[in-house]
Amino acid sequence: MDILREVTQSLVAESSELPKFQAGDNVTVYYRIKEGSKERVQPFRGDVIQIKGGSNNPNRTFTVRKISSGIGVERIFPMNCPNIDKVVVNKYGKVRRARIFYLRELSGKKARIKERRYKKES
Amino acid sequence: MIGLIGKKVGMTSFYNEEGRQLPCTLIQAGPCFITQVKTEETDGYNAVQVAFDDAKEKNTSKPMQGHFAKSGVSPKHKLVEFRDFDLEANLGDELGVDLFEEGDIVSVVGTSKGKGFQGVVKRHGFRGVGDRTHGQHNRLRAPGAIGMASTPSRVLKGQRMAGRTGGKRVKTQGLEIVKVLADKNLILIKGNVPGARGSYVVIEQ
Repeated sequence: MDILREVTQSLVAESSELPKFQAGDNVTVYYRIKEGSKERVQPFRGDVIQIKGGSNNPNRTFTVRKISSGIGVERIFPMNCPNIDKVVVNKYGKVRRARIFYLRELSGKKARIKERRYKKES
Repeated sequence: MIGLIGKKVGMTSFYNEEGRQLPCTLIQAGPCFITQVKTEETDGYNAVQVAFDDAKEKNTSKPMQGHFAKSGVSPKHKLVEFRDFDLEANLGDELGVDLFEEGDIVSVVGTSKGKGFQGVVKRHGFRGVGDRTHGQHNRLRAPGAIGMASTPSRVLKGQRMAGRTGGKRVKTQGLEIVKVLADKNLILIKGNVPGARGSYVVIEQ
């Protein structure tokens, strides 16, 4: 199994570093899309509802949920996906669990996430 | 034909130039060694015998030790013959993954995972009999009728029935080689190959 991890790691090694974020954070994922010969960047803004895979797992993914014209949309991105242009963290959320699936059952004001405020690290 | 013996390491994913994530199987293929060259004159057909995976000498029988000594190769676990080998082969030659290139289409032969005694639905893809409800109670995954009545008054040979499933030699064709890591003798193949992790597979083209 070690060879497997090593090789997978080496195959994705050159991909860009993403900023730190966790479940509950509001992020915008800029995803590169190829349409024929043209390439454009599509932003996907929503809340991170889970991060799957350990910190040293090259295949880890995260799920972003947003409400698009009244319908909940979830999208799973691999952390090491080369098509991710960048990820911007808009808000840090304060949640008590690593996987906030309860959000799916909530809507409107109930579906808000409290903001987490950091003391500036000096 | 060219070919190599390998060991299935496991599955992973690979991002191609388009950024698409492909499911891939990693195979440790080589170093392989040529232990016998068969020719039309001496054996009646042309073939090359390839050996892979070091074995301990004490676990190798005396006759096999002599066979390996002939080609100057240390004892190996697995021997496979390839008919009509396309490359020039000499006794003791080393074969590595550089035999293949990225983009090559190959076949992979392995022994499928054993599934034990299975019913006809899993084993042969039957659909079972009838409905789940409407008074039906024990025929859901049954094979149904297995033949005719008084003529011929027996079940025809080859009738598909339940039984031992898997653990058989399976060849998967049309697999694409995604990456060749020559320094580690590793090969990355798109899609899945037969067998469990750690089992021997034969890659041929």
